[in-house]
Amino acid sequence: MSTVLEINHLTVSFDTPDGAVQAVNDVSLLVEEGECVGLVGESGSGKSQTFMAAMGLLADNATVSGAIHFEGSNLLTANEKELNKLRGERIAMIFQDPMTSLTPHMKIGRQLAEVLIEHRGVGKAEARKQARAMLERVHFPEAERRLDMYPHELSGGLRQRVMIAMALMCEPAMLIADEPTTALDVTVQAQILDLLMEIKDSLGTAIVLITHDLGVVAGLADRVAVMYGGRIVEKGAVADMFESPAHPYTQGLLACTPRLDEDITALVTIPGQPPNAQSLPGGCSFHPRCTYVTERCKAERPILETTAKYRAKACHLDALEAAE
Amino acid sequence: MWAYFTRRVLIAIPTLWVVITVAFFLMRLAPGGPFDQEAPLPPEIMANLKAAYGLDQPLWWQYLNYLGGLLQGDFGPSFKYKDFTVTELIGQGFPVSIQNGVAALTLTILIGIPLGAMAALRQNSSADHAAMTVAMTGIVIPNFVVGPLLALVFGIWLKETVFALPVGGWNNGAFENRILPVICLALPFIAYVARITRASLIETLRTNYVRTARAKGLPFRMVVLRHAFKTAMIPVVTYLGPATVFLLTGSMVIETIFSLPGIGRYFVQGALNRDYTLVMGVTILAASLVIFLNLFVDLAYAWLDPKVRYE
Repeated sequence: MSTVLEINHLTVSFDTPDGAVQAVNDVSLLVEEGECVGLVGESGSGKSQTFMAAMGLLADNATVSGAIHFEGSNLLTANEKELNKLRGERIAMIFQDPMTSLTPHMKIGRQLAEVLIEHRGVGKAEARKQARAMLERVHFPEAERRLDMYPHELSGGLRQRVMIAMALMCEPAMLIADEPTTALDVTVQAQILDLLMEIKDSLGTAIVLITHDLGVVAGLADRVAVMYGGRIVEKGAVADMFESPAHPYTQGLLACTPRLDEDITALVTIPGQPPNAQSLPGGCSFHPRCTYVTERCKAERPILETTAKYRAKACHLDALEAAE
Repeated sequence: MWAYFTRRVLIAIPTLWVVITVAFFLMRLAPGGPFDQEAPLPPEIMANLKAAYGLDQPLWWQYLNYLGGLLQGDFGPSFKYKDFTVTELIGQGFPVSIQNGVAALTLTILIGIPLGAMAALRQNSSADHAAMTVAMTGIVIPNFVVGPLLALVFGIWLKETVFALPVGGWNNGAFENRILPVICLALPFIAYVARITRASLIETLRTNYVRTARAKGLPFRMVVLRHAFKTAMIPVVTYLGPATVFLLTGSMVIETIFSLPGIGRYFVQGALNRDYTLVMGVTILAASLVIFLNLFVDLAYAWLDPKVRYE
């Protein structure tokens, strides 16, 4: 397998009137050809901003450092023109809210076709034909008739299918799905996830799945990275991680996920609040909420250490246990 | 769509009737009458004048009489401009006001919108600050200051140069005569439209669908023109509707400063003179324009935002 995307020591901060906000801190991540990588974390953990940086879609007040390599170019240093050649063509993104992510005054057929017209220079009629074909590919019913509909005439699930079809128009090497099912009904969520799965298998598109829902990741991802306070705190193959989570935060997240095969008396939560990106706690960012917290956790930030193939964690816990 | 259009036109009739009725009685509530002068007229002459214009009749009779005339297209005689009917006065003045109004409206759209869009796309740059400072100046300086200033510069300071421009008179609508009044009329509207365009476009550029368009790899110019611009125009169109009425019906201040024979002055002079029929005439004209332009704006919404549908 060859590497599609390589994020090296990415740091993103936002300049706000209240001071700098560290959204992403020293994040490194690999995405390989045709695999699905899940990126999990709470709101504000920096998971979306990591890939907004890759797409060149960060807000104007953002400062970035590090490197993001995609098919030989560094996306962080590419100019708008170079980015536009890749965006929509080699690397595509779908967003959380399909209700507001399509242009309200344009028919969906035109919104789909313009991707091809822009990147491939095909004619209008041909682009429309391919748009219809792509809609059918994402199981969009009555595609021909609906090409001339406006987004508000479609349901949320259908709109998300339009978003996915639009992202796939040029058969990109990588698809970034930022909370693709969060705004949808549970039954529709399952359909959309099935579709993403199908795309990965049939088109060989690498998928990055950004979500706060571990259930989504469990069903779809090959590998998972967990983010907390702008850093990756643990990563590994999905079965491995769910079997034996090594970081207390991952353990907490898994404990919080209600399971169908157990009787639930009360919903479990991780005590405390997600950290404020403006004033992250010293040492390990998770220490104020961690049940195993030690003096060392408060003073020294654990580095992300590779423990096995694909497996890494940033926690002092093991070291402590070994010392005891 | 046509059913909607027809219904709106039909609704306009009772609306106009309410406007006419309220205006008619409000006008009569004001103390004094059209024939009151500093030196009071002898009672016999006053009685004769009132009788000649039907003002000796009971108010409800005058009202019905006026409505009856309107139905036949008769706006009555002016009480102050003797020998003229209201229709004649408006017929002479309105074309002047319309021509200047349309010119000012064109300038407003052609300068205001691009200026605001440019400021939005270069948000917080020096070009943005400069444009918005000029726009704010255009809004806060009243036209009774701008008018005489323009007259001073182009009529006196530049008198001996090629830039000299006439500062008064209509001169059958000669181009040079219209430059200064049109600029003076358009300036605050250009400024306002520029500010609305800027704010609206900045807001639209932050929407999720603009982000989607950028993620598709479209050139930024296309993102703005194709995906953001239409939505951004909604508040501008909302503002331009009523603004157009103001522009077309003329401005008393500007017509006075530049001695133009438009109808703007009739609004004020008619009311001061208690020229009942003239005030009613210009009120009906303005109200009809408001109704028509509101309908136009509503139809424009449907074009700008397909979610808006009229059945």
